[in-house]
Amino acid sequence: MSNTDLEIIVDDPTAPEPDSPAVCSTRTVEIIVSLLLLALAVTLGIDNYATGISWDDTGPQPGYFPFYLSVILGGASLFGLVATLLAGAPSDTFVTRAQLRRVLLVFLPTAAFCLAMQVLGLYVASFLLIAGFMRFVGKIAWWKSLLTAFVFTAIMFATFDIAFDVIMPKGPLEAAFGR
Amino acid sequence: MEAFGLLLHGFAVLMTWKIMALMVIGLVLGIFVGVLPGLGGPNGVAILLPLTFTMDPTSAIVMLSCIYWGALFGGAITSILFNIPGEAWSVATTFDGYPMAQQGRAAEALTAAFTSSFIGSLVAVLLITFLAPMISSFALKFGPPEFFAVYLLTFCSFVGLGREAKHKTVISMALGLLIAGIGMDTVSGTLRMTFGSNELLRGINFLVAVIGLFGISEILLTMEERLALRGHAAKISLRTVINVWKDLPKYWMTLLRSSVIGCWLGITPGGAIAASFMGYNLAKRFSKDPGSFGKGRIEGVFAPETAAHASGTAALLPMLALGIPGSGTAAILLGGLMVWGLNPGPLLFVEHKDFVWGLIASMYLGNVVGLVIVLTTVPVFASILRVPFAAVAPMIVVSCAIGAYAIQNAMFDIWLMLGFGVVGYIFKKIGIPLAPFTLALVLGNRAEDAFRLSMIGSGGSVGVFWSNGLVGTITTIAITLLFWPVIDRVFAGVGRMLRPAKAMG
Repeated sequence: MSNTDLEIIVDDPTAPEPDSPAVCSTRTVEIIVSLLLLALAVTLGIDNYATGISWDDTGPQPGYFPFYLSVILGGASLFGLVATLLAGAPSDTFVTRAQLRRVLLVFLPTAAFCLAMQVLGLYVASFLLIAGFMRFVGKIAWWKSLLTAFVFTAIMFATFDIAFDVIMPKGPLEAAFGR
Repeated sequence: MEAFGLLLHGFAVLMTWKIMALMVIGLVLGIFVGVLPGLGGPNGVAILLPLTFTMDPTSAIVMLSCIYWGALFGGAITSILFNIPGEAWSVATTFDGYPMAQQGRAAEALTAAFTSSFIGSLVAVLLITFLAPMISSFALKFGPPEFFAVYLLTFCSFVGLGREAKHKTVISMALGLLIAGIGMDTVSGTLRMTFGSNELLRGINFLVAVIGLFGISEILLTMEERLALRGHAAKISLRTVINVWKDLPKYWMTLLRSSVIGCWLGITPGGAIAASFMGYNLAKRFSKDPGSFGKGRIEGVFAPETAAHASGTAALLPMLALGIPGSGTAAILLGGLMVWGLNPGPLLFVEHKDFVWGLIASMYLGNVVGLVIVLTTVPVFASILRVPFAAVAPMIVVSCAIGAYAIQNAMFDIWLMLGFGVVGYIFKKIGIPLAPFTLALVLGNRAEDAFRLSMIGSGGSVGVFWSNGLVGTITTIAITLLFWPVIDRVFAGVGRMLRPAKAMG
């Protein structure tokens, strides 16, 4: 039991500062989301109305079920909107500036990765994402980042492409190797 | 004793090297997923699901369910050593588990957590073994109205009993049902809500949505927080294990109580989170010395862990017997069932005996093997947390992308996944629960079909949902549950009006 005193310590050098100013409040986001959901409910409701919401000789028409769901969705969003507006007082922070920065730091590379996947194929895009993210966001040494990315991508390739025959999008590199 | 014979047959199905190997791989992956921040049971299962697409259904479900058991075990490791609950249902484990680690009793706490997880699951699996076949043979008599009533019951109990704001649960559920309806209508063949888009013709795949909602959004959320951590390292020696096990009989009441709570809450869609808190609170209330809870009492680890695992396991009962998942993870397993070409529901017990009993047998075996693995390898898994999140995050993103793409080989799904990731992030932050969404998404088409078939059968009269005692009872309970908060308030109001009168009189 002597080794229970050993501590595992991991630091987070790029952690968001706790006193960062708020970008927007939860209330604002709730209002926006309620409005968006309301708009969605109306759009879907109209579409389903056009599909047909009445009864014919075979039972309810295809739009019947989703139409009433749109009504429920619209009603609940409207309720949420009114409740939030009436609550009045500014609520807690939705996201601070430092937090948003960190979230974008992972979201934007992910979006770029999705784009790269279409052009370069999954495996090359994965390699770039992992190596780049570790180096630039995690500030991890180049050799560690490149090695980790290579090993992980190779394992993925071996697992999915070779062992399990799951087809993934591929790009020019794989084509050059004839796979 | 028919169940017993079938169970033995199930074990026979499992006894191949391939399935045993998959079981161990599944467990290790699961523990890994449970330990890592930003990944949990449902995410892990959703992301790793594509691995199983080319397997036969039995191997696939064994591996996936083992990932699930592993994740349940793994959650306890970070709670106790780092005071970071890897899963929401491990929060209650930190109350006493972390103080124990601080006092240098980490090994004891971990052994207690793993053992009680094992006991909780075992009780729930026993329940499944004997109850599920009975329920499913009863449900074979169900027609569309009965099935719709059961679906309604599931949805209504989420709204009525959930702790989130009611309108948010309704939003989440209606949205899930609507999205499930996108694409070709299965009854008439008409296109719905596609707005002329070719990509939407296929509909929105349940698993793509889940990977985005749980996988991607969880990474975004994790990045927001400070990821520094400090914790205790621990190694479990055989002597500790034996010491803890020797004391087990003293706590039989706590273990039993938590198991029962867990099984109950697991079957009704309430989930492991509520079960773990309830198990902890009840153990505290019934204890002779409630003040010592929260200061490193071993019972405080036993109670929530047993309940959480019993509930996580029992959530599979309605999934197997009726085709209705009791939790988010069970919903994803159900989605997997459909991918492998099985039709979930009571017929499963008749048509796919090997599959069902193989799965049930794997619950027994998986938990035993899992217990051995976690007890022996804790130091390895605890040190996974040394790996910086900047290395883990992109790997999770890649796994999510592989998962989302592999389902239908569609690039559009990758963008959907990303979109759902953002939606999940925002929903979680403003308190719109995701579990009802998942459930609605996976059950949507079946619920609608059941509704339409009942309507066709009855010629359009809603009275069909009260046409016989069984369906009438289920529908009435469903509606009662939907308005439960209102009913509860009325009763409380009446009670308050009576009490002062009594005090005055």
